[in-house]
Amino acid sequence: MKVKVLSRNPDDYVRETKLDIQRVPRNYDPALHPFEVSREYTRALNATKLDRVFAKPFVASLDGHRDGVNCMAKHTNSLSTLLSGSCDGEVKVWNLTKHECVRTLQAHEGFVRGMIVRFCGTSFFTVGDDKTIKQWKMETPGYGEEEEPLNTILGKTVFTGLDHHQKDAVFATCGQQVDIWDEQRSSPIRSFTWGVDSFSSVRFNPVETELLASCASDRSIVLYDMRESAPLKKVIMTMRSNSLCWNPMEAYYFTSSNEDYNLYTYDMRYLNKPIIVHMDHVSAVLDVDYSPTGKEFVSASFDKTVRIFPKDVGHSREVYHTKRMQHVICVKWSADNKYILSGSDEMNIRLWKANAAEKLGVLAPRERQASNYNQKLKEKFHYHPQIRRIAHHRHLPKSIYHQSKELRVMKEARRRKERNVRKHSKPGSVPVVSEKEKHVVTVVK
Amino acid sequence: MASPGDATLDTSHVGKNKVPARYWLELQKEGKDEAEVGKDAEPSRKRLRRKEKKKEKMKEKKTQKAKKMKQEDTLVKQTISGKSDPFPGPAPISQDRVRKFKRKTKTKRSGSVGNKLRDVISRSEEASEMAQKQSARFDLLLPEDAGFLEGDEDEDTCTISQEDIADAVDITSGAKYFNLKLSQFGPYRVDYSKTGRHLLLGGRRGHVACVDWQSKQLMCEINVMESVNDVKWLHSEAMYAVAQKKWLYIYDTNGIELHCIRKFNDVLRMQFLPYHFLLATASATSFLQYLDVSVGKEVAAICTKTGRLDVMCQNPHNAIVHLGHHNGTVTLWSPNQKEALVKMLCHQGGVRSIAVDKTGTYMVTSGMDKKLKVFDIRTFKPLNSYFLPAGSSCLSLSQKGLLSAATGDVVQVYRDVWSTTVTKPYMAHRVRGTVWGLHFCPFEDVLGVGHGDGFTSMLVPGAGEPNFDGLDANPYRSAKQRQEWEVKALLEKIQPELISLDPHELGQVDNAAFEQRHQDRVQALGFDPLAKAKFIPKYKKKGRSSAGSVERRKKQVAHEDQRDVIRETMEDKMKIEEERRQREKKAAVLSGQKSALDRFKK
Repeated sequence: MKVKVLSRNPDDYVRETKLDIQRVPRNYDPALHPFEVSREYTRALNATKLDRVFAKPFVASLDGHRDGVNCMAKHTNSLSTLLSGSCDGEVKVWNLTKHECVRTLQAHEGFVRGMIVRFCGTSFFTVGDDKTIKQWKMETPGYGEEEEPLNTILGKTVFTGLDHHQKDAVFATCGQQVDIWDEQRSSPIRSFTWGVDSFSSVRFNPVETELLASCASDRSIVLYDMRESAPLKKVIMTMRSNSLCWNPMEAYYFTSSNEDYNLYTYDMRYLNKPIIVHMDHVSAVLDVDYSPTGKEFVSASFDKTVRIFPKDVGHSREVYHTKRMQHVICVKWSADNKYILSGSDEMNIRLWKANAAEKLGVLAPRERQASNYNQKLKEKFHYHPQIRRIAHHRHLPKSIYHQSKELRVMKEARRRKERNVRKHSKPGSVPVVSEKEKHVVTVVK
Repeated sequence: MASPGDATLDTSHVGKNKVPARYWLELQKEGKDEAEVGKDAEPSRKRLRRKEKKKEKMKEKKTQKAKKMKQEDTLVKQTISGKSDPFPGPAPISQDRVRKFKRKTKTKRSGSVGNKLRDVISRSEEASEMAQKQSARFDLLLPEDAGFLEGDEDEDTCTISQEDIADAVDITSGAKYFNLKLSQFGPYRVDYSKTGRHLLLGGRRGHVACVDWQSKQLMCEINVMESVNDVKWLHSEAMYAVAQKKWLYIYDTNGIELHCIRKFNDVLRMQFLPYHFLLATASATSFLQYLDVSVGKEVAAICTKTGRLDVMCQNPHNAIVHLGHHNGTVTLWSPNQKEALVKMLCHQGGVRSIAVDKTGTYMVTSGMDKKLKVFDIRTFKPLNSYFLPAGSSCLSLSQKGLLSAATGDVVQVYRDVWSTTVTKPYMAHRVRGTVWGLHFCPFEDVLGVGHGDGFTSMLVPGAGEPNFDGLDANPYRSAKQRQEWEVKALLEKIQPELISLDPHELGQVDNAAFEQRHQDRVQALGFDPLAKAKFIPKYKKKGRSSAGSVERRKKQVAHEDQRDVIRETMEDKMKIEEERRQREKKAAVLSGQKSALDRFKK
């Protein structure tokens, strides 16, 4: 007779001393782990609920401006530095970690319209309503020294925006026309005009650095090549675009914020229709900025909210609002992909988390592991109706809630009418026009 | 692999019409070839490597400088000692190991699934395949092996007595064979806790005791002064339920009555669903009731309308409760439905006992007709039927698939009841009273038998799962670990709505909902956004857009579409044909015997 009976030595399964961690032998045999799908689903549901519980996106408010914040600029080298310009011509430099203003200077008379930090991070440019472009040192002047610009250029017309080249001593301004300036000269090296209208925003392409795009008030978005004397092409839409931002990773895409409550992501090569229409705002969208990963962007709107959109999805994944925040004029995504900064009418700059439920600070390895696992579970089960409902629910201020409902009703009515017209007319005479094609009037080359 | 030599040897086409080439046949063949290539990948890789080496040699002859460079290169590829790796590539995994970890259900991909979803599914399947392979590799590191019992030549294992086994094994294991002589309050019902450390005994005449049976430490002992029908541990060893004469009671390990649940009356049998925290009870009034023990609420009460319910078991794979009835039927129940999910007629007389194995594949039943039957409950078809001279009153299945059946006062243990036809029991043991309750101890080679004269703990080598999972059921867990486990388990308690026959249903693509939503969308939009766009030929220059050529291009596209349709229908037809042929073949085999007239058939 040969016999063997299971006999475990407890020493192999129990920790030796109290200072050790407990031993946890694993056996991944699926027969020992029944209901794996349902259990994972339950875990995903819990993770989604916890996500909503911990969603506290507001970090801090920076106050100190004496008028509405009109523009902001990220520092190119320092994560903790932020520059902001207000409607009374004041520029403030902020230390974000300490939540305090480290420097204030009266840059312009009237609005500060645009601001940009030079790629080296040692100086910054501002343009204002007083028709000047000023270059400032980044360093705070020493005791007894006066705040004076390094350079002042007097222009002929009002400037409404500016952007600096990625690596050359060249910058671009917009106003009545788009000008390209050499930092050493007091007159533009090139100016572009197409039509008579003014421009509201100009941006350099971050990868193809000689390319620019600008939003004109004749409802068009114009593309330029700095090396050529004439603009490349433009797309005319049904409503005016307020600003635009290039995708930093796939720099042939740009997103423009429009007066018709939508944002449009275009492929620079095919302007005849946008890649995606991003809808959700209930008032004009004023500013847009991409995350450094190029996967998401944030938009600021006149409806007093900030929304975050994934780059390839038509609706926002997140909406930020507070009782006191008024029309949001400018918005920036921080260079470490963790924070969002919004400047609004009521003189405050607000610091938000980019990921509302994310824990700030250093994570312990097990914590990180758990959060990664939860993230994966949420991804896996996000189509399930119950999880989807919880994950998508956002509380909205009453006015916005009702307005969005109204917009939905209006849209549905329009669609119903169109459907009825189509039903009662000759087949093919009322073609189906997709949402993407609706908003583009024409492309001019 | 198909080589020209094989083909000539195999068949000669002389005198036969050549079979026309069909592309679908070719497709099938390709699929097969690929599978074979997978097997033969190793040698071909070696061949490739050899070729590479040859090439390298040729080059080395050419220049000295290049040689030096190459040497450096090869040094990187080889080990530090300069020898090449004798076992290149990842280590092979044995097939049955991989099969053990294979998930049975692959996501069905129907036509309406979009491209994006298809990508997601294929990516997740890839990931899970990788995980399965890794865990199959990890299987090698499991520390314990299962027990076994082998007789000498012409010695039946069923003749080996428990005393002999207990003498032959080590002292601690030998101590696991013991008898408790409790003749006063018997016969006894038995239950082991999920980790297998704790034993609960419930005597018919009111004696309830819980014991840490390995250290033989008595945790509590009470007499409820009422008849006890069944006892059951709840999720941990801190609480247990006792079905008494009138009502259901819950006690803790000190024997203190925690709850008396008057909603549950005349309970005869109980089952605890550990992942759902549900206590399912079957009563004499033919009610099947579910109690959520985490919140203390009744989840469902189903009137089965089938009389007294005293045969009950659960399917550990999908948490479906099986009930046996007097008319020989077995019914399957979930708390979400007022009617039985399935009714199967299993026996000619009444059903006496049911057991379901832990993978949820097989169900074993015994009936008044003295038969023991094995069913496949995925297809609800009988696999085996045995005749036991005395019939069996109690059945229990172990983690490793051993079946114990009690006939009167004899406990018999069978091995491989579903895969082979068994003629002899694996083990047998006579106890001192009629057997009332049987339960295999999880993670141990022990069978607990409750009978009229007390309790017997039997040694059954090869019954228990040798390697437990520390995060699921850890027999060696400390109090702290148990608390943590309890919190985790409660957090991932599965809702009773998710109980269904197929536990993987939640992971499948819900095509019905998608189609419904799509229809709604079409209704709202007035057109089908997913409809295939009509082909409009591009305008081409240099006279290539003449009406004729445009028409030709259109036709080409139309043909392409048609070809797909034809391919599909042909494949369907082939499949049906194949099935028909199979059926015929089977029928021919079944009809079997040749008749005398068959010789005239061509």
